[in-house]
Amino acid sequence: MTRDTSTTRFPALLDSLPAVIAFVEDNAAAAGVAPAKRNGLCLAAEEAFVNICTHSFKDGKGEVELDCFSTSNTFVLEIMDSGPEFNMLSVPEPDTSVELEQREIGGLGVHLIRNFTDHAQWRRLNNKNVLQLTVNLDDGPSHS
Amino acid sequence: MDIQTRPEGRATVISASGKIDAMTAPSFESSISDLIGEGKLCLVLDLGAVEYISSAGLRVILASAKSLKGKSGKLLLANARGSVQEVLEISGFGTVFSIYDSLEAALEAAG
Repeated sequence: MTRDTSTTRFPALLDSLPAVIAFVEDNAAAAGVAPAKRNGLCLAAEEAFVNICTHSFKDGKGEVELDCFSTSNTFVLEIMDSGPEFNMLSVPEPDTSVELEQREIGGLGVHLIRNFTDHAQWRRLNNKNVLQLTVNLDDGPSHS
Repeated sequence: MDIQTRPEGRATVISASGKIDAMTAPSFESSISDLIGEGKLCLVLDLGAVEYISSAGLRVILASAKSLKGKSGKLLLANARGSVQEVLEISGFGTVFSIYDSLEAALEAAG
């Protein structure tokens, strides 16, 4: 069953994070996303939102729009911002196999987005960055 | 998030609980920095009551471990459960840290 789209907007500030996560959690639960997968999606949402707050709107003056909807077998979260064009998914994968001295401090957030969703894609639409995160509604593995 | 610290032999146990996310990571970082500043260089992080960790928390752990290594100290991780354990594994922390199933095992390894 396809659900209506649920939409909200938040200031692009870290203080909005609890409300962002609550929105994602509530909508994913209502759509029937399994608890483990829901937790993974909330983690991916935090990583994406924080990335936008710290990179797209360094002055704190911006807004992030969240859209949620379901298809017959997926739950989709779209995170949109009107900051400069930036595809966070283009950030290179961190090398998670190297020893402490060589480990980079950054890059882990996008790595977690990729691993805790079943599909992640970015597009530029109407001068906005649109990050689309999809999880399957079945009880399959929590990451691909 | 709540953080409690206590001495155990030559180690200091940091017991964190709740969520370590972008909102709480700064206080998590300052707690560990304070300990390192006090000369506590053998730290055991008990993650047993942590229900959620994001990359903001992972960065604090990584930066703290690097800081300790530069001072000939060490950071051991213990008791990661469920999604926290999964996040650590996916992030490759198993190659960087000694991760122990129990606090007792970590304290034994700490000496």
